[in-house]
Amino acid sequence: MSHLLREHAPITEAGWKLLDSEARERLAPALAARKLVDFAGPHGWEQSASNLGRTDELSGVPEKGVDARQRRVLSLVELRARFSVARSELDDAERGAEDVDLKALDEAAGRIARAENAAVFHGWKKAGIAGIIESAGQERIALGEDCELYPRHAAKAVDALREAGVDGPYGLALGPDAHTRVLETSEHGGYPLLEHLREILGGPIVWAPAVDGGAVMSMRGGDFLYDSGQDISIGYESHDAEAVNLYLEESFTFQVATPEAAVALTS
Amino acid sequence: MGFDQYHEPAAELPAETRTFARLCASLTEEAEAIGWYEQRMAVEPDREARAIMHDAQGEEFKHFSMDLEFLLRRTPLWREIAEGILFQDGDIVEHGEESEEEATEGQADRGAPLAGGESLGLGSLRGSDG
Repeated sequence: MSHLLREHAPITEAGWKLLDSEARERLAPALAARKLVDFAGPHGWEQSASNLGRTDELSGVPEKGVDARQRRVLSLVELRARFSVARSELDDAERGAEDVDLKALDEAAGRIARAENAAVFHGWKKAGIAGIIESAGQERIALGEDCELYPRHAAKAVDALREAGVDGPYGLALGPDAHTRVLETSEHGGYPLLEHLREILGGPIVWAPAVDGGAVMSMRGGDFLYDSGQDISIGYESHDAEAVNLYLEESFTFQVATPEAAVALTS
Repeated sequence: MGFDQYHEPAAELPAETRTFARLCASLTEEAEAIGWYEQRMAVEPDREARAIMHDAQGEEFKHFSMDLEFLLRRTPLWREIAEGILFQDGDIVEHGEESEEEATEGQADRGAPLAGGESLGLGSLRGSDG
């Protein structure tokens, strides 16, 4: 039995399939970072840290004539987003109901996806994570609200990356507001702005909830490293006569190996 | 380089499933190699050559066993079935039937997901819409 304790939940096989499937549907569009960075793992719940290959000098060696160094590692963080499902809704699902209320699961999926995106793009100091936008080594570009200028911004970012010797394809992460503006806009002649941006970048334009502004980043590999311990899973916490209390959980960390492989876009 | 271990488009497969498929392919290759060495040793008259092949076959036993252990660790149902069959005295087929029945019924009762562990299998989403 794993620590998720799924076997203890009063949920049938069909019920678990419904919950897993709903979670997948909600998470896949919102997990922006995973569409752009290198993903390693999942290494399992037992994984505690990522190797950085770095050391610090260590004093106080308990014997003269011996030098010591201590390895630096990046500890994984555990994220958990709790939610409840009414047992009556699960019963109705068994009867074939198509409109099962899984709103709390949907909201939890949104929360954990936003937390992951925010950690990867904006960083999380206490977790030792430097975000892509905060650590981007190139000159920042102000996006603004006039999205007819976005192709110019994207081209400028791609030029800066090329000049720095960073190859493509390049991806673009955009916060929700900027992404909506792009989707809504057609340039002169009716050509969708989204398509124009894709041609400039050679990679995807990704909707990134919880991201303020955005980033143009190389997807050549080796620059942005997401290390997964346990990939997002649903676990069981408790239940009573009315509801089952569950959670979405993952463990991961993230590091920027090449700060100059991204251009930050400020909102 | 071939990508024959994938029967579905690799970009659509979660990272966990790609790793699983690679190890399945590796397991197959190790089993083939074990069989080849067995045949070579059966026809090789030179004692020294046979000794080398025997040593090499031992390596393949090790590789096969490591691949198998990895796959079993990642696949609780497979592991449960294997535990009822491997290293047991008696009728292999009988053990197999019993072990499969017990494991699959128990798994279904618990509502646990099958191959690929208990995660949602999201992994890398590169290549998905964006």
